[in-house]
Amino acid sequence: MGAGHHHQLYLAGDSVVHRLPPQCKLLAVAAFAIVVVATPRERFWAFGLYAVLLAGVALAARVPLTYVLRRMVVELPFVLFAFLIPVIGLGERTSVLGVSLSVAGLWAGWNILAKATLGVVASILLAATTEPRVILIGAQRLRLPSLLVQIAMFMLRYMDVIMDEMRRMRVARESRGFEARNFRHIPVIARSAGALFIRSYERGERVHLAMLSRGYSGRMPMMDEISGSVGQWATALALPGMALAVLGLSAVQGLSL
Amino acid sequence: MRHRLTKGFAVHVPDGFFDAAVSVSAGAVAAAGLAVCLRGARRELDDRTAPMAGLVAAFIFAVQMLNFPVAAGTSGHLLGGALAAILVGPYTGVLCMAVVLLVQCVFFADGGLTALGINITIMGIVTVLVGWGVFRLVARLAKGKGGVTVAAFLAALVSVPSAALVFSALFWVGGTAPIEVSAVAAAMGGVHVLIGIGEGVITALTVGAVLAVRPDLVYGARGLTTPLVLRGAEEATAGATVGATAGTTVTVGADEEPVATRSPLRAFLLGGLGLTLVLAGIVSFFASANPDGLEAVAENHGFLDQATHHVFGSWALADYGDVGGIPVGVAGIIGVGLVLLIAGGVAYAARGREKARV
Repeated sequence: MGAGHHHQLYLAGDSVVHRLPPQCKLLAVAAFAIVVVATPRERFWAFGLYAVLLAGVALAARVPLTYVLRRMVVELPFVLFAFLIPVIGLGERTSVLGVSLSVAGLWAGWNILAKATLGVVASILLAATTEPRVILIGAQRLRLPSLLVQIAMFMLRYMDVIMDEMRRMRVARESRGFEARNFRHIPVIARSAGALFIRSYERGERVHLAMLSRGYSGRMPMMDEISGSVGQWATALALPGMALAVLGLSAVQGLSL
Repeated sequence: MRHRLTKGFAVHVPDGFFDAAVSVSAGAVAAAGLAVCLRGARRELDDRTAPMAGLVAAFIFAVQMLNFPVAAGTSGHLLGGALAAILVGPYTGVLCMAVVLLVQCVFFADGGLTALGINITIMGIVTVLVGWGVFRLVARLAKGKGGVTVAAFLAALVSVPSAALVFSALFWVGGTAPIEVSAVAAAMGGVHVLIGIGEGVITALTVGAVLAVRPDLVYGARGLTTPLVLRGAEEATAGATVGATAGTTVTVGADEEPVATRSPLRAFLLGGLGLTLVLAGIVSFFASANPDGLEAVAENHGFLDQATHHVFGSWALADYGDVGGIPVGVAGIIGVGLVLLIAGGVAYAARGREKARV
């Protein structure tokens, strides 16, 4: 989990992928994830082709591989878990390099590893090519409840502020020689959290008053109506479309085998 | 394994961990829950909902990164569901948690897009509802500031293992990994009882810190601030009846005032009783599944040993991971329906109680 610097999630650029309307990209990523999850785990090469598709998107968006890899750290705990499954899994065992592993566990580990990785990379590419604010506008265009979108927008807007307040409190604690070493130091941390809550809540009240004074009536004005053309929708949905084609091909091949 | 004690950061369910039936059902539960909460939050916060809930969501996001020491070298961090429920109310709490999970999923790629429903159900709806239910129950029995603190502790303590239990239940219904469910439940439950204790301590202390400065901001303690107006009148009556303490004579009409004097003892007794019941229930449940007990579960080695006992046990569900397998799928929907019923019941009860209070 990145430490609140959400502007670093977005890589500015002017590629085809960057220019696509957010709702197209959101729908494309969601559909892609669904296709990936729906693919039976035995079809190895289908997953390989999915990876190639994502690599194509990354290439078109000029997102460097190192950036994607760095952000994939988020997935690490589940990767560890995926490697653990064959060891603790049930069912018949097989020996790999002298280690007794469960066959079903190996399948499950592979299944989670492949699908989670593809999903994470797709999400990373979405966040890297779309500004957070714009993603939320896209979500609103996709008929996500507007209140939910508004809450998310406020959260994104003030996340850095709140994280900075927390950082300042930590600096203040540490500059006074505090270091959370054991259980007895929890009250200090908890008081910081309490202070952080009060500051956040009071800031929320001030923000609300400021909004009221500018004519807020419970609804945010839409400044930029982004609508996707047929061509843009077609471009965006090419990713899940091709993934679906791969899935269909693999099914045909599975039947003929 | 949403949450690793040693790593110190939340781990959300990724794509491919649960089968399609469970993912879709949990998505439906999450959507329904969010719809209810969107309506409810408007009642809690009216047109302030968007900025307030947004700021609280940012707070939850930040506080989830606040590491606190648990024991020798390891650190944990808040899940925040119970804390959100107590501070801003259950509806807004669910919304905040859902938005945090949404943002973590879409922007930080933490948690799969197809598993978003599962993550919101487990970490948003279950933790908030269970936390709020326990909080209301205990806070009604033990009144006063001490009562709120104890209730906050118990609420957070119970909310984390129950989320882990729901995770295990979902895993049982539609997990893709061939691991004995009792092993998952034992490991998840065992670790999460420990995490829950940490969560409980820090939630209670945080609520206490806010109560000390701005008691009016604690949604779960709104009853505590109103009697301040009545105090003068009651002290006058108490002063008039010589020899009787204010705490024992005035009992009708003002619960907070008399109870406040003896609440610490009562709160601690009730809290202790509740804690014992919780620990007895949860720990004995896992103890029966895993004789090695908590410390075995807490570290992976114990986990491994325990799991190998079951290696040659009955493993009938060879096709467990097949997407959309009909029996598993139907079972998934039934299981999630049950969760929905229970959650709905708790929500309805919480709402009824709230209405009765106001």
